[in-house]
Amino acid sequence: MSHLLEVNDLEVKFGLRLGDLTAINGISFNLNKGERMGLVGESGAGKSVTGFAIINLISKPGFISGGRVMFNGRDLAALSEEAMREIRGNHISMIFQDPMMTLNPVLTIGTQMVETLQAHRSITRSEAEAIALEKLKKVQIPSPEKRLAQYPHEFSGGMRQRIVIAIALITDPEIIIADEPTTALDVTIQAEIMDLLQQLCESEDTGLILITHDLGVVSQVTEKIAVMYAGKIVESGPTERVVNDTKHPYTQGLIKALPGSLQPGARLNQIQGMMPTLTDIPPGCAFNPRCPICEAICRDQEPPFIPVDHLTRMVACHMVKPDPSMGTR
Amino acid sequence: MNRTWQRFKASYLLFSFKQDKTAMLSLAVLLTLLVTGLLAPVFSPYDPYDPANIDIMNSELPPAWTQDGEAAFLLGTDIQGRDLLSTMIYGLRLSILIGCGAVVLQGFLGVVVGLLAGYLGGKIDALLMRIADIQLSFPYLMVAIFISAIFQLAFGIGRYEDLAVPLLIVIIGLAEWPVYARTVRAAVLGEKNKEYVEAARVIGLNRWRIMFRHVLPNTMTSVLVISTIQVANAVMSEAALSFLGLGMPVTKPSLGSLIRSGFEYIFSGSWWITLFPGIFLVLLVLVINLLGDWLRDVLNPKLYKG
Repeated sequence: MSHLLEVNDLEVKFGLRLGDLTAINGISFNLNKGERMGLVGESGAGKSVTGFAIINLISKPGFISGGRVMFNGRDLAALSEEAMREIRGNHISMIFQDPMMTLNPVLTIGTQMVETLQAHRSITRSEAEAIALEKLKKVQIPSPEKRLAQYPHEFSGGMRQRIVIAIALITDPEIIIADEPTTALDVTIQAEIMDLLQQLCESEDTGLILITHDLGVVSQVTEKIAVMYAGKIVESGPTERVVNDTKHPYTQGLIKALPGSLQPGARLNQIQGMMPTLTDIPPGCAFNPRCPICEAICRDQEPPFIPVDHLTRMVACHMVKPDPSMGTR
Repeated sequence: MNRTWQRFKASYLLFSFKQDKTAMLSLAVLLTLLVTGLLAPVFSPYDPYDPANIDIMNSELPPAWTQDGEAAFLLGTDIQGRDLLSTMIYGLRLSILIGCGAVVLQGFLGVVVGLLAGYLGGKIDALLMRIADIQLSFPYLMVAIFISAIFQLAFGIGRYEDLAVPLLIVIIGLAEWPVYARTVRAAVLGEKNKEYVEAARVIGLNRWRIMFRHVLPNTMTSVLVISTIQVANAVMSEAALSFLGLGMPVTKPSLGSLIRSGFEYIFSGSWWITLFPGIFLVLLVLVINLLGDWLRDVLNPKLYKG
């Protein structure tokens, strides 16, 4: 069965004066219709760049240097700008971190919603407004008729993110890429927005790629997960398996760092050190300087990204042995 | 419509306007001048363009309240025997027309160039901004002398009188567009990296739509503020050109040409021909500048006094 979205060996580089820096180093994953996936990792792991690469909107000097992004049988990385615009917002939408910034301050909510629709469909303003109204109701904005004529500054942060979601949903896209959609919001609103997003994706059968550093959020919302470190996926699989039976030491570190597993008042666990910058990624496994179980092989050889069980678990670590039933590799 | 009015009534703009006596007075004076100028045929006692009203015997009559004045001519007459008040009101109309016209032209040119340069960046930016630099390095008087000389040669003096108004608009408009281009470009550079622009691209809008519909409105505050100052500048430029004899012809005098025509007779005692148009001009430019100052304060949140 072919997938809705198939990212194959995607590579993104940034052309700088010093030479090209590899930000995304050959990652692969796929997404089925209506499937929700989490992309997890620290700042700088390349999560957001991956999101932008899917819709071919990496800002200069970045560019896609290899691999394919197959969407409905078409390679998005090779499409013309014109054809790509037809996909963006129409088939694949994106939600950003800060709802304060993503809405244009001088246009009303209604105008911004209608504009999105009109960019992709030949539709009259009143028809577009009717759809906008319906979407605002879906994201539970009270008295949407009145709200359509208001400007972004008249809304609270949570409300704005709801509107951003409504705009993302307005063309009934197949996939929504949500780049840290709740980071700028306070905790209670975060939960509400995540619930709303999950519920909408379920009811509309929309695929979701949730980019976040918060494993807690991912484990509640998504069905599968890919953990990124220094431009690569180091562990992927069904969310429930990855969270409960973590293989890669980096993912283990992330899970230990969650405050939920500790006594109140206890010191939080953290992964020692910092993510390497793109200019000096260590040889071998990129995680080796911070890894608690690092051995000699980790410093010379890059670990392959291989299946470790009969499910869809994949891990890139020398220290993780495949399930014995898999046979020798 | 009603809603917009409600919004306006509750706005900070109106509130601060009501607090500011200078702004209120300036607006009152400006509106009076505008209405008088634009409805010149209604307000002026005579039609100065109609030769039937002109009698050479009435030339250089002093204002009505002086010893030799005649009650028929409140501010006296000019050298050709036209009622000075009427001529001034018609001149005011021309000055306002040329000032606003020139600002519309330079605003249009400057905003488009600034937007393209700022948003597209790179080579286009460099090219457009160098053109703007070159434009600014020419004194506009020199450009004006060139253009009007060529024009008068090409079309003859007779046609020049008919086409003087659009010609002046073009000259002043072309001379000052880089002011807008630079301001808009600076504002666009600040706006274009904001997330709403990114979001608009993600939605799949094309770059023209993003530029004109999303980025441009966000730069309008600064455009609005410099526009007030530019109107005043354009009126002044027109007066200066006319004073030098490069502007409006004497048959259709603007405030500047009136000042000039009176200037030749000021030492023979006819002070009123220069003084009254001068006062009009100063008043017009002053109130526009005062309003511009007020607007700049209101639109700049850093200057909010709470």
